[in-house]
Amino acid sequence: MYSNKVMEEFRHPHNIGEMKNPDGVGKVGNAQCGDLMWVYIKVAKNKKGEEIIKDIKVKTFGCVAAIATSSKLTEMAKGMALEEALKINKEKIAKELGGLPPIKMHCSVLSMDGLRKAIEDYRNKKGKAD
Amino acid sequence: MKESKSRPMNKRIYMDHAATTPLDKRVLKAMLPYFSEKFGNASSLHFFGTEAREAVEKAREDIAKAINAKPGEIFFTAGGTESDNIALQGVMKAGKRKGLITTAIEHHAVLYTAERLRKEGFNVKFLPVSSNGIVELDALEKAVGKETALVSVMHANNEIGTIQPIGEIGKLCRAQSVLFHTDAVQTVGKEKIDVEKMNIDLLSASAHKFYGPKGAGFLHIRQGTKIQPLMHGGGHENGLRPGTENVAGIVGMAEALKIAVKEMREENAKERRLRGRLIDGCLKIEDSWLNGAREPRLSCNAALGFDFVEGESMVLMLSDRGIAASTGSACSSKSLEPSHVLRAIGLPHVKCHGSLRFTLGRSTTAKDVDYVLEVLPGIVERLRKISPLRKGVDISEFEENIDEKHEHMHGQNED
Repeated sequence: MYSNKVMEEFRHPHNIGEMKNPDGVGKVGNAQCGDLMWVYIKVAKNKKGEEIIKDIKVKTFGCVAAIATSSKLTEMAKGMALEEALKINKEKIAKELGGLPPIKMHCSVLSMDGLRKAIEDYRNKKGKAD
Repeated sequence: MKESKSRPMNKRIYMDHAATTPLDKRVLKAMLPYFSEKFGNASSLHFFGTEAREAVEKAREDIAKAINAKPGEIFFTAGGTESDNIALQGVMKAGKRKGLITTAIEHHAVLYTAERLRKEGFNVKFLPVSSNGIVELDALEKAVGKETALVSVMHANNEIGTIQPIGEIGKLCRAQSVLFHTDAVQTVGKEKIDVEKMNIDLLSASAHKFYGPKGAGFLHIRQGTKIQPLMHGGGHENGLRPGTENVAGIVGMAEALKIAVKEMREENAKERRLRGRLIDGCLKIEDSWLNGAREPRLSCNAALGFDFVEGESMVLMLSDRGIAASTGSACSSKSLEPSHVLRAIGLPHVKCHGSLRFTLGRSTTAKDVDYVLEVLPGIVERLRKISPLRKGVDISEFEENIDEKHEHMHGQNED
């Protein structure tokens, strides 16, 4: 069912964990589907003054594709400017993983939703603080 | 999925016997002549035909004997799914009564056929089961009425292994003059079956579950039962199931059943012992449980659940370590729906996903069980480190809108 790349990502997922004092948290998923992803981000300004994802961590309850896509997403998003990170989509994630079965594409959609929610959470918090 | 470089090369531990079983060597030996030497069409008039015909009829006798039926009551099919389809559709469409009663935990071959019959205008009831996974006889008694044509209850469930009281169900049905079908795919060759004593009118079986070949099954139909064929053609199997007989498959199936019945008691005793060791060991892992009542359960079945982790991931990590098992998790099904059996016994969605099923068999040894017990705790621990869930974590917001049209896009039309 899964490509070699997906299996390898699953076997050695990246950026797994929680974060103490995250700048933004995005919790997404559905107990019926059996996918739950919690994305944590730390935001900082780079030399250009852009807001970038300084650090990103994820915790995933779900299948091989769920773990692989959430892990891959964190690898792709780390170091990216927020606006750029928001442009990552399910096709890009699937491509980096050497393809996903159609039935599993929703896992990559979910991981993007997690990141989006985390960024939204950060912006809301920042908005309140400003 | 390409083979993992990390799977230990010498390890091939098969613990998924409920899915399928390897062909017994003795069965292969019995089948071989019918491929290239005695390859005749059993309906041909010449000696190639008669020798094939003799083999088919001998097989029919042997199978009938194994379940205390008459040879004329055994009909050969391509497997359990086909047998279930003929039983349900064939009986309902042949009679006047419109009522069909079955259970919520049937295999999809019965469940989806029953659903289809409901769409076609039949009155179909799905009986619930207790959290034990057993049908309540009171509920069945209440449900049976003047309009009931057929009751279909599986002998043992493939996922949780619980065994239904089919002797009592048969008695109840006979008393009410209602036909009784049982999907015995998981029990033929594993549990004692006597269609007379148990008042069974129709029984489905599949060879590849009892060390026979895939592509061969049978449907027992009590003499005198009104039933329509699904297929039309050359009149084979008394017109019920046309198609040139799969002689080698039929011979293999009969041989496999003979062997299974002969070795049943000893095999069950061995499996029970090993299964007990496996369950006890697995339940030592924190936040784990057994799905369904411990007994009555198939000797081979260890259907477990683990909190905070998901089944497909467990199965693939086990596969990487050379162990074959299965899960009722939604992620691993074609429809992305969690196991209807686990839902029927009252398991919340998130717990359905943590299911892991081991089904032991002839090849299973104590060493195999010990290896699983060595490997599994580490896998569960690793997945728990990756998971956001643990005791006390509230996921109520992620349980909203459950079961209401589970509609959001899961990808292309997965049929």
